[in-house]
Amino acid sequence: MNNLDLTIILCISVLAAFLLAQRRAKLWHTSSTTNIHSLPSYYGYLTAIWTLMPALTIFIIWSIFELNAISGIIVSKIQELQILDKESLELTLNKIYNIANSDFYNLNDSSSINNQAANLFIEYKNNSLILKCISVISIAILSFLVVYFFITPNTKARNKVEKLITYLLLSCALIAILTTIGIIVSVLFESLEFFSQISIFEFLFSTNWSPQIAIREGQTGNSGAFGAVPLFWGTVFISFIAMLVAAPLGLISAIYLAKYATPKFRSIAKPLLEILAGIPTVVYGFFAALTIGPAIRDFCVFLKELGISLDIEIIANITISTESALAVGLVMGTMIVPFILSISDDVISTVPNSIVDGSIAMGATKSETVWRVIIPAALPGIVGGFLLAISRAIGETMIVLMAAGVAANLTANPLDTVTTITTQIVVLLTGDQEFDNVKTLAAFALGLSLFVTTLIINVIALYIVRKYREQYE
Amino acid sequence: MSNTTKLVSANLKKRYAKERRFKFYGIFSITLSLTFLLFLLFDIVSKCLPVFTQSYVELDIDFAPKYLNLEEKSSYSKEELFNANYQKLINNSLYKLFPEVKARKQKRILRKFVSSGAQYKLRDLVIDNPKIIGDTKSIWLLTDDDIDSFIKGLIDENAPESERRVKDFQINWIKSLQAKDKIDSKLNINFLTNSDSREPEQAGILGALKGSFYTMLITLLLSFPIGVGAAIYLEEFAPKNYWIDIIEVNINNLAAVPSIVFGILGLAIYINFFGIPRSAPIAGGLVLSLMTLPVIIISTRVAIKSVPPSIREAALGLGASKMQVITHHVIPLAMPGILTGSIIGMAQALGESAPLLMIGMVAFVADVPQSFFDPATVLPVQIFIWADSPERAFIALTSAAIVVLLVFLFLMNLSAIILRKKFENKQ
Repeated sequence: MNNLDLTIILCISVLAAFLLAQRRAKLWHTSSTTNIHSLPSYYGYLTAIWTLMPALTIFIIWSIFELNAISGIIVSKIQELQILDKESLELTLNKIYNIANSDFYNLNDSSSINNQAANLFIEYKNNSLILKCISVISIAILSFLVVYFFITPNTKARNKVEKLITYLLLSCALIAILTTIGIIVSVLFESLEFFSQISIFEFLFSTNWSPQIAIREGQTGNSGAFGAVPLFWGTVFISFIAMLVAAPLGLISAIYLAKYATPKFRSIAKPLLEILAGIPTVVYGFFAALTIGPAIRDFCVFLKELGISLDIEIIANITISTESALAVGLVMGTMIVPFILSISDDVISTVPNSIVDGSIAMGATKSETVWRVIIPAALPGIVGGFLLAISRAIGETMIVLMAAGVAANLTANPLDTVTTITTQIVVLLTGDQEFDNVKTLAAFALGLSLFVTTLIINVIALYIVRKYREQYE
Repeated sequence: MSNTTKLVSANLKKRYAKERRFKFYGIFSITLSLTFLLFLLFDIVSKCLPVFTQSYVELDIDFAPKYLNLEEKSSYSKEELFNANYQKLINNSLYKLFPEVKARKQKRILRKFVSSGAQYKLRDLVIDNPKIIGDTKSIWLLTDDDIDSFIKGLIDENAPESERRVKDFQINWIKSLQAKDKIDSKLNINFLTNSDSREPEQAGILGALKGSFYTMLITLLLSFPIGVGAAIYLEEFAPKNYWIDIIEVNINNLAAVPSIVFGILGLAIYINFFGIPRSAPIAGGLVLSLMTLPVIIISTRVAIKSVPPSIREAALGLGASKMQVITHHVIPLAMPGILTGSIIGMAQALGESAPLLMIGMVAFVADVPQSFFDPATVLPVQIFIWADSPERAFIALTSAAIVVLLVFLFLMNLSAIILRKKFENKQ
């Protein structure tokens, strides 16, 4: 018998509970003169829920704590394991699980401690499984009997079932809150740990970012430089270039589609443009790194030669790099176009027709109406949409990771390499690292600043958009 | 003509020109975006074409026991055959083919003419049919990725030798083999049947596809019921108070939180706190379902809102309870909308890679995952890993994996659009 069998048995007993209770309710209905309160199936549901709940709770709690409890017992039984420190104990325990779970090792050979422990482990695990099965099934039967005994024809079964389902639905809605709390908890504590080692002022205002120094031998953790200003700048710079591309393209396309295009053109062009939003960011990253980046570099090489031959100093000193902020910004901008397009489209269509028609009736051309009536009226909504787009550009990871490089430069030259918050988070957190290393902690501090920044922008943007909608609705 | 009319008509030409210019800008910006899209798709499809075929070389393999490092006897145990030296067989037939190669360094390069996986093909062949030992047989073997790239014309023969990955003497070998009809290109099955590999010619996407499948299954099983449940609660049962307002603002915010932040949450809470195995589809699915939840909740709420009140009122009037109205009428009517939103959310999750990098799904996994707990990678992360690899042949593999991913996404979005159309026609 294993966990799967137990699950199946539990399912079958719940079904049986449902059928038994339902049958009894039907019998009440046909035999007695008193009316039953709810439909027979509700008596079934109520019994089934109460049969399942306690048993399932025990099942889940037992399964979560089973492994820890067994390892605790093994450690207390075998003295050789007690002298190990925390890390090597973990390693040894892992080894023991592997021995116990595979049929590769010869377990009869009990000379080594690991094998002894593995044998103990198997024994306790089997015992625990048997105990678990017995307790889960007996609790299910017990709770079934109790519920079955307490339910009478007068029980308000439907109301009770519906109440229980409402609680279930509420708990689904609470998961959203739990997620936010989870995010805050996971970044906040590690960040506080980080700021206890590196001053928050250094992190926010120093311009030197080189976390790699910290891992060299013979140096203490805080010898690496953790001034995040170049990362903040790189993020802002790339987002700025992206918005420079996306804002005019998206807004003008939206106006054209809303006010000029024929319905047929609109029905073809809009879905096509929305494909751009559906393409995974890793694809954009690949495209930026292998096509746009090299193309920009080749163009710069060409310009440089031209500059040298024409003796123009500015062009001759042009920066040549495959990983340029420009390439990333261009590609990211194109990615954001459909996002701005759909928000602007939404916003423009909420502008009341009466004021648009009024403007046309006064003799204004369509473009004059757009610039002088529609855009001023829709401005808050458009700004809100742009803010959401900026927050998306700030949080974008794959394109910058693949095409922007990791050099932390504080430069305003779009042809130079810059790095961003998201890139550094990935670089610092991937690979095998100690979890309490300053370098890893720095990633959480960056995560915190990213979360807080985007949160503020989002809250402002959502507020503006909501207020704007309310104004015209 | 009045004074005003004069003024207006004087300006009219200029204003109309402005109008035309503005219209042109509109067309121009739409065309620009669409051109970019076309260019991107064209670029990727044209880069993936080399993946369809692979070059094979025909070698006369002499299965003499001495080349296999085996003693001469009538029968061999399976273990002996398994541990025999098959690379030596290949080396030997290559030396015979090019007897003029004597220098150690060149010999070493010659040995790398054939893919390092070819020996396993011979091993399987011998284990299946041990009688072959002692015979000579001509067998088609996979070439190395550099040789393959040259045969496909991806390496410029006229480039200076020092900048080429295939040297002049290697080119001569290829040409002499081609003259003898010993090189042929065949359909590439490895791409669909293999998992990741360090050797481009042996790498495939099966492992990543299966990893994506397991991850998506978990995401769907978690986010769909929870998302729909939350939406029903917020739309139908929630009282209008401060707490519910917070939940609503929260959900809208979560939809806009950068995906990498969810990865950090997965790393800190799921992996370090709950001890869920790293790199496993279960961890990936848990992270992605948190990301998909807001999308499903928002679209489900819109779908529920669009159910006409007349239907609710009719059901309530006939004595149905609130829960019965919801389960019997509202949900079935809102289902197409809910499904559309869910498919779009799932498509987003399928293309997502940043949070999965955080929870270690970026590790090199050469085995096809068999369960939710095995180390695995997913399709977009596989694309990222290959895009980072220096070998030239990986570019084609990356593009092909992108094409596969885009096809899946296209199918998902297409089904969402068809569902929406059907729904609209019904109403």
